Amino acid sequence: MIRVEHLVKTYGEIKAVQDISFDVAQGEIFAFLGPNGAGKTTTIKMMTTLLKPTSGRVEIDGLDPATHQNEVRKRFGIVFQDPSVDDELTAWENMDLHGALYGVPRKVRAERTEQLLKLFELWDRRDDPLKQFSGGMRRRLEIARGLLHTPKIIFLDEPTLGLDPQTRNQLWTHVKKLNDEEDVTVFLTTHYMEEAERVAQRIAIIDHGRIVAQGSAKELKEQTGADSLEQAFLALTGSSIRDEGAGAVDQMRNMAKMFRGRRPR
Amino acid sequence: MTAIYVLWLRQIKRYVRSRARIVASLGQPLLFLLAFGFGFGPIFQKAGQGNYIQFLAPGVIAMTVLFTSIFSGIELIWDRQFGFLKETLVAPVPRILIMIGRTLGGATVSLIQGMIVVAICLAAGFRPGSLTGLPTAFLFLALIAIMFTALGTAIASVLSDFQGFQLIMNFLVMPIFFLSGALFPLNGLPRALNMLAIVDPLSYGVDGLRSALTGVAHFGMLTDLGVLSVLCVAMLGIGSYLFSRIQL
Repeated sequence: MIRVEHLVKTYGEIKAVQDISFDVAQGEIFAFLGPNGAGKTTTIKMMTTLLKPTSGRVEIDGLDPATHQNEVRKRFGIVFQDPSVDDELTAWENMDLHGALYGVPRKVRAERTEQLLKLFELWDRRDDPLKQFSGGMRRRLEIARGLLHTPKIIFLDEPTLGLDPQTRNQLWTHVKKLNDEEDVTVFLTTHYMEEAERVAQRIAIIDHGRIVAQGSAKELKEQTGADSLEQAFLALTGSSIRDEGAGAVDQMRNMAKMFRGRRPR
Repeated sequence: MTAIYVLWLRQIKRYVRSRARIVASLGQPLLFLLAFGFGFGPIFQKAGQGNYIQFLAPGVIAMTVLFTSIFSGIELIWDRQFGFLKETLVAPVPRILIMIGRTLGGATVSLIQGMIVVAICLAAGFRPGSLTGLPTAFLFLALIAIMFTALGTAIASVLSDFQGFQLIMNFLVMPIFFLSGALFPLNGLPRALNMLAIVDPLSYGVDGLRSALTGVAHFGMLTDLGVLSVLCVAMLGIGSYLFSRIQL
């Protein structure tokens, strides 16, 4: 369902992704783990038509995202790592807009929106603009929105960042269900090793833009002689802490907050 | 079509909900109308050109639509910063439709602003020559709105943040306004200034609007209509092209 061959992305001198290859079969749950700045999000952007690779190939359901953008976009859904909702619109409006863009018929849209907002306990707040939402609530809405249409592949880029255990549990139960019942292929990244171990059939570990190991959680543990996936992860990627440079986007976001006098809630 | 509609609706909703922005954006045209209109009025009259408010009002209305449109287009940078752009860019909708939806939404917003300023002008003593010119005036405003929203979108497609924003205001938007004949008649200008006015797209917008509202024209209404229509299509084309090439 997903095939990546010798994928490279460089920004000037910086090599974000260096020659990575992997395959994800249909109906598989595949976890992509790595420290901050390892190249996870860059890889996802190249698979989801947001970024063109420097070299190498990606195939999504047999199609190249760089050339068959619309065909590829029809096949996946995504929950982004950073916010991607409209603050001025209400929860309901954000869901409805998404459904309309993805061509979900109005009636189905309304039903699924209700079902998902209830599942993630946002139904009572559906008519409030998102600027009144807390960080966790926004995150829940992003997830609910990502699940509104049923794609062939779902990309989850650190979906559980900043969520409480209850919501995380809801999310993974739901994702598992989609995978079982509708054979949706799942590509996820996370920093919570126990989540990867719980849901993913196969795991790839990426560091400094290269894949350093691939296999099931059991295989990775055996390979490194570790007791837990977390230990295996540390053995493979070292224990030094990584810094991600604050990009222009983050700097501007801070500026924008200052200008608008928006208080974080 | 649904995509165009929902993105258009989003722009309208955002506009209606930001009341502070509506009020704030009316300050400038009001100031121009009062300070310039009443300040230069006596001199204009003495120079034998008639009532300055009659002359200035179409210029101030066009100015409002110009600024609001450029800002609506450039709002794309906000969407990039706050992330909503990603949501629309991965949607299974051709990017040209997304660009058109946004542009029509932004253009509608600036048309509404333009209409509010028309009302302010009427209150300040502006009197259109005939009521039959109003639909034509509206058409000219719509062309100005679409053209400059598309221009704003085109600019925002190549900027990733607001660093270059001042540059664009001072070296593009302000000149477009000041050289357009919004504030002064284009007759008998020094040659260099005249050349600049001729290449300024807003000149044709102001002229068309003025001739529809007051019957006074410099280039002539058909020329204005022709030039604006061509530029409008060209801007939409360029804007769509640059928008479709955005990478995040």
